[in-house]
Amino acid sequence: MDDQYLLSMSNITKEYYGNRVLKNVNLNVKPGEIHALVGENGAGKSTLMNILFGMPVIFNTGGFEGQIYLDGEPVTIESPHAAMDHGIGMVHQEFMLIPEFSVTENIKLGREIGESNALSKIFGRLLDKMDWNQMSKDSRKSLDSIGMMNIEEYAKVAGMPIGYKQFVEIAREIDKTGIKLLVFDEPTAVLTESEAGRLLEIMRLIADKGIAIIFITHRLTEVMAVADSMTILRDGEFVARKEVGETSLANMAELMIGRKVERLVEDELLGQRELFDDRIALEFKDYSVDMPGERVRGMNVKVRAGEIFGFGGLAGQGKIGILNGIMGLYDTEGEVISFGKTLDLSKLGEALRNGIAFVSEDRRGVGLLLGESIERNITFSAMQINNEFLKSIGPVKILDKKAADEHTKEMIKLLDIRCTGPSQVVGSLSGGNQQKVCLARALTMVPKILIVSEPTRGIDIGAKKLVLEHLTKINRELGTTIVMISSELVELRSLCDRIAIVSEGKVFDIMRPDDSDVAYGLAMAGVREEVR
Amino acid sequence: MKQKSNVLNKVGSFVFDNKVMIGFAIICLVAIVLSGSPMTFIVDGVMTRITRNTFTVLALIIPVIAGLGLNFGIVIGAVAAQIAVFWVVYWGFEGFGGILLTVLIATPLAVWFGYLVGKLFNRMKGAEMIAGLILGYFADGLYQLLFLVVIGGIIPVNNPKLIISGGVGVKNTIDLTGNLKYAIDSVRMVDIVTVLFYAVLAITVIKAILHLVKKYQLKRNDLTLFGVSALAFGISYIPVVERFLSTDRLVLLDAFTGVLIVLAIIQIAKIIKSIIDKQPAAGIKKPVLLLVLYGVLYGLTFIPAIEEVMLFVKLPVLPFLLIAGLAWFNQKILSTRLGQNMRTVGQSMSVANASGINSDQTRVLAMIISTMLACWGQIIFLQNIGTFSTYGAHTQIAQFAIAALLVGGASVQKATNKQAIIGVILFHTLFIVAPQAGKELFNNAQIGEYFRVFVSYGVIALSLAMHAWKVFKKEVRPPTEGSDLISSKPPEISEVVNT
Repeated sequence: MDDQYLLSMSNITKEYYGNRVLKNVNLNVKPGEIHALVGENGAGKSTLMNILFGMPVIFNTGGFEGQIYLDGEPVTIESPHAAMDHGIGMVHQEFMLIPEFSVTENIKLGREIGESNALSKIFGRLLDKMDWNQMSKDSRKSLDSIGMMNIEEYAKVAGMPIGYKQFVEIAREIDKTGIKLLVFDEPTAVLTESEAGRLLEIMRLIADKGIAIIFITHRLTEVMAVADSMTILRDGEFVARKEVGETSLANMAELMIGRKVERLVEDELLGQRELFDDRIALEFKDYSVDMPGERVRGMNVKVRAGEIFGFGGLAGQGKIGILNGIMGLYDTEGEVISFGKTLDLSKLGEALRNGIAFVSEDRRGVGLLLGESIERNITFSAMQINNEFLKSIGPVKILDKKAADEHTKEMIKLLDIRCTGPSQVVGSLSGGNQQKVCLARALTMVPKILIVSEPTRGIDIGAKKLVLEHLTKINRELGTTIVMISSELVELRSLCDRIAIVSEGKVFDIMRPDDSDVAYGLAMAGVREEVR
Repeated sequence: MKQKSNVLNKVGSFVFDNKVMIGFAIICLVAIVLSGSPMTFIVDGVMTRITRNTFTVLALIIPVIAGLGLNFGIVIGAVAAQIAVFWVVYWGFEGFGGILLTVLIATPLAVWFGYLVGKLFNRMKGAEMIAGLILGYFADGLYQLLFLVVIGGIIPVNNPKLIISGGVGVKNTIDLTGNLKYAIDSVRMVDIVTVLFYAVLAITVIKAILHLVKKYQLKRNDLTLFGVSALAFGISYIPVVERFLSTDRLVLLDAFTGVLIVLAIIQIAKIIKSIIDKQPAAGIKKPVLLLVLYGVLYGLTFIPAIEEVMLFVKLPVLPFLLIAGLAWFNQKILSTRLGQNMRTVGQSMSVANASGINSDQTRVLAMIISTMLACWGQIIFLQNIGTFSTYGAHTQIAQFAIAALLVGGASVQKATNKQAIIGVILFHTLFIVAPQAGKELFNNAQIGEYFRVFVSYGVIALSLAMHAWKVFKKEVRPPTEGSDLISSKPPEISEVVNT
């Protein structure tokens, strides 16, 4: 093995339950360099890092193929603890800090310095008395070494600005003796611009001490700014290892996204629809949704009647929040106007009553009653909102079993749901068929607008195509306006008329499905084309 | 103006933080006034109950800190104690020796039970409290099986005083008079001093040997400790002191004075130290204020009404020393690596695991310690009460101990020694005065009885509901600081960048 590299992960292959998530991936990092690891969501970055850290999830699912070398020596890392012993540290995206503890306590977490005493001599080091003096000195030293003179080592972490918390995490890793390699997992995702700038400086500072850094990020500009070299992954495959100096933003973007887009859906009807800019089905005005992790922050966009409109973008940028806000699951601000009527989203079910139906991305949590029959699942919303499938006996309304049964059979036929019959329990269906049940329920509402979120998540390719085809069919035959939210660009580009790329809770750009891969890559990374 | 509002704010937040405790204190005061009982009676009763119950309440603190919540499983520790008490009584052991034997038998049992409970709790994380509650009932069932069927039925036991007349099963109550009753309470002070001296002597000798073989560095503290204990031991031979120490009870007034003197000495030592270290006067301010406070407190004992109470009430010495020792232990264990691990695990198990702390092991240790302490607490309780209600003594201890802790202002996630002791005082004051208050108010003592049961369960229910509400809120909405990750730009950041 070439021993110019501090870390070499060679030919790493990993399967989860027969689903191959990494194929012959190579990752090589030199000592003292900042090496960026880039790729879309699902490209395999986290799996690769899980392997590096010997996370239990890897070994519980049958381990991996390939070999890891540290300083040219083959090593096996079978637990996070072993990774620590090898001098590999991680700055987590979700802070591994305890808010109620002081900075020193957090920095020394699990590695407290103890003074031995008579009791601990007899009963073991668990009874060591803590040496807080020495520990605060160490913490001070490691905070100083990353230039954080103004973080007090005795202050509580709770209530600190996010950036400070990140610095405390870094100080903790630096404090570990013999640290050789630090992994930063999307460290700038939660930071403000100036904090992020400061962080990049600190990364440089650490790298100059000879500690190698693996920098996982979506933000290509940051890669250009700070990294020395990079590895690009796509769909679990190794694409390229490049020196940053010999590449460009556009080149990176293309490598990250680049794959052939084919129209998944045969579309002979495309030209026959008439879309008018003044017939607006759905309009968002300064629309914000307070959904943790997927915040929407003041979005303005118009969806034309009869259109298939896509929302794409990276995870955490807010595209998922759009749907959850309209459904009324999270607090919203701003206006949502449907066919000229402003919706009062503080009332639960408001959108449903106005002819907007949903298929949620959280199929098993929000979308379906898993323990109930297909029939009950399909007719449930219509029963609640539109009073369908009910018959009156005096003052009491009861379920019209016959009507519901007929309708369900019709839907099963229409969407080709593979099941034993209307009474089969939804939880026992396959993912694709569950998704079809969700779709069937939405269709039962006879919506004017159908919003689907991640419609193909967790279902196999054959079923994917069917679901997408059905969506197009619904749009073409019934004239339903469809809003589709998806992480898979290929999917969006295969059937949408226009695609809005969401970045930091706002619409970054509205693009056409046949725009270039480079354009998409840059938009996803939040880079304006002018930058090129 | 600003300062005034500051003070008001401080008072306000103090009241808010201690609302449960303050509310309960008010209820207690009203009940005391209504009952019209003499203070001598009330204080005497409360002191007795402190002796009996505080140890068990203190046993609850470690599980709370380790994130296991309120340990309803202490019933199991009590069961271990009772099994041991039965056999010790059956074998006919008496006095302090009998107690030592009881502890010797009960402790391994309690440790083993605690280990099993801890293992079980690790399999049902997040549901420890309900698991502990049900486990208590389960243990009660096994206990009944043991005492009603196995003893006499399978293990031949022949003692008409203890066994139901058919020869199978243990009687409803076991009289401890003449064997274990007051076996701890009645240890003379002079004996305590002697034993403590020899213990310290032994420890110092061991340390000195370790020092000689270079495994341990003798410190100044070690020698000071030995000096103090030797001094105390020497003084105990002065006839006046010896006479004073040869009783097992201490008049409350003497105890109070003694504690004040010790506290005063500590504060004076602090003052001297800060003068030697040439610390600024701010270091002296607090000790001086405290000294003045102690003086005022001592002055209060000269008020006839208070003096009467203080002269009337007599305290058993050893149980109070044990309680103080346990409070000290709780404090000390938290300053060890184990304690720090417990605090970390209690705050976040995932962070603890990621930092290489074995959270499962830590939780099991917490349960072992708690169960063992509860077991010892039950031994203290039984020897003080003097009659051992075979099938009833353990059934309610978890509820009452937990209620007392909560009354002191503790919660599912936070508990301190201070809260435990204040809780015991308030809770048991109400226990003592409520029936009398009910009788005075409604001419029916039973109503007071209902009231105190209602209060104890009410406090638990309220606390659990508040906890559940807090957890629910946390799940639905992450902490507010997360809500503006990107939009907010704290002013400090610009400074950071400039440095």
